[in-house]
Amino acid sequence: MAETHSLQDMRQQAAVAAKVFIQRDYTKGTVCQFQTKFPSELETRIDKQQFEETVQTLNNLYAEAEKLGSQSYIEGCLACLTAYTIFLCMETHYEKVLKKIAKYIQEQNDKIYAPRGLLLTDPIERGLRVIEVTIFEDRS
Amino acid sequence: MSAVMITRKVRKWEKLPGKNTFCCDGRVMMARQKGVFYLTLFLIVGTCSLFFAFECPYLAVHLSPAIPVFAALLFLFVIAMLLRTSFSDPGVLPRALPEEATFIEMEIEAANGNVPAGQRPPPRIRNVQINNQIVKLKYCYTCKIFRPPRASHCSICDNCVDRFDHHCPWVGNCVGKRNYRYFYMFTLSLSLLTIYIFTFDIIHVVMRSVDNGFLNTLKITPGTYPFKL
Repeated sequence: MAETHSLQDMRQQAAVAAKVFIQRDYTKGTVCQFQTKFPSELETRIDKQQFEETVQTLNNLYAEAEKLGSQSYIEGCLACLTAYTIFLCMETHYEKVLKKIAKYIQEQNDKIYAPRGLLLTDPIERGLRVIEVTIFEDRS
Repeated sequence: MSAVMITRKVRKWEKLPGKNTFCCDGRVMMARQKGVFYLTLFLIVGTCSLFFAFECPYLAVHLSPAIPVFAALLFLFVIAMLLRTSFSDPGVLPRALPEEATFIEMEIEAANGNVPAGQRPPPRIRNVQINNQIVKLKYCYTCKIFRPPRASHCSICDNCVDRFDHHCPWVGNCVGKRNYRYFYMFTLSLSLLTIYIFTFDIIHVVMRSVDNGFLNTLKITPGTYPFKL
C-alpha cells in the first residue's frame, strides 16, 4: 500500500505542538511586508537560510501586488468607466498576484515544510497580519 | 474500516462571528439594520422615475434626446455603485484564533509585568515605527488582535475593519478599505445626478414659462396634481 503524504492527513493525525506568528514589518511603511527575523522555535526544525528565503519571496510578491504602475492605472480607469462591471470578465492585478502567492505557499508547504513537520498558513486567511507557522509534534 | 461521511463544507461567511447578514450564498454582505438603505434606494429610484416620466418627454422633444439617455446612464451608474458599496465586504479583519489570542496575551503580560490586584492594568498598546514615526497599535478586546494602522472596530457590525472610515446607515454597511472607492464613486455620481436633474428641472420650467407664462406652467406641470386632488 503506497503511503500518501498529504497535508490533510498530517493535520488530522499529528498533534499541534506550537504555533509561531511572524509579524508585519513596518520599517518600509504600510506596505505589506513580513519580518524576516528567524524565530527561535524553528531552530531545530528548519534551516535559517531556507526560511528567510521563503519570507523574502513572499515580501517580494506582496510588493509586486501593490505596485502602482501604468498597468494598474489603466486597469483602474477602465474599471471606473465601465462601472466596475469589467471585473465580471477579468480579475484585478492584485487578485492575480494573490493567487500566485497561494500557489507558492502550497508549493513550499509540499516540498519543504511538510517533510519537516511544519505548515505555513497563507497570511490572507489572517487578514494580512501574521504568517502563522504551525509546528507539529515530532513523531520521527 | 473507515465510514465515509459526506459533510457539506462550512463556508467562511457562515462562521463569521460579526453581526452581518449574508445573502446569495455569501455574495452579499450587509449590516443588520437595512431600513435606511431601503429608504435611500426608494428616494433615488423614486425621484429619478418622476424625472423620467414627467420631464424627459418634453426635454427630449424640445431640446435633445441625449438628455434622458445621459440621465439614464448616470442613474444606472449611481445604482450600480450604491449596490456595490452596500453588498461588498468593507475589509473585515478575521478575529484571532484561540492559539494566536493566547500568544498575544502572553506577550502583553510579559510586557506589562505584574500588576497589583485592584489596580487597572495599563492599556494594551504596541508601538511600531513606520517611516520614522511612532504609531501606537491598539488592542481590540473583541477581536483579540492588535489592530493594524488605520483599522478600527465597528460596534454596529461587531468587526474590526481595515482602514475604517465610518459605518454608513444610508448604505447599510461599513465603509472601509475594500469598498471605499465604490462609496466615493457613489457619492460623487449621486451629486452629479442631483445637479443634473435640478438643472434640467429649472430649464424645463423656464422653457414652459416662456411658452405659456409662469402661472400656467405651474398649473400644467405635475407638481400641482396633489393640490387638485
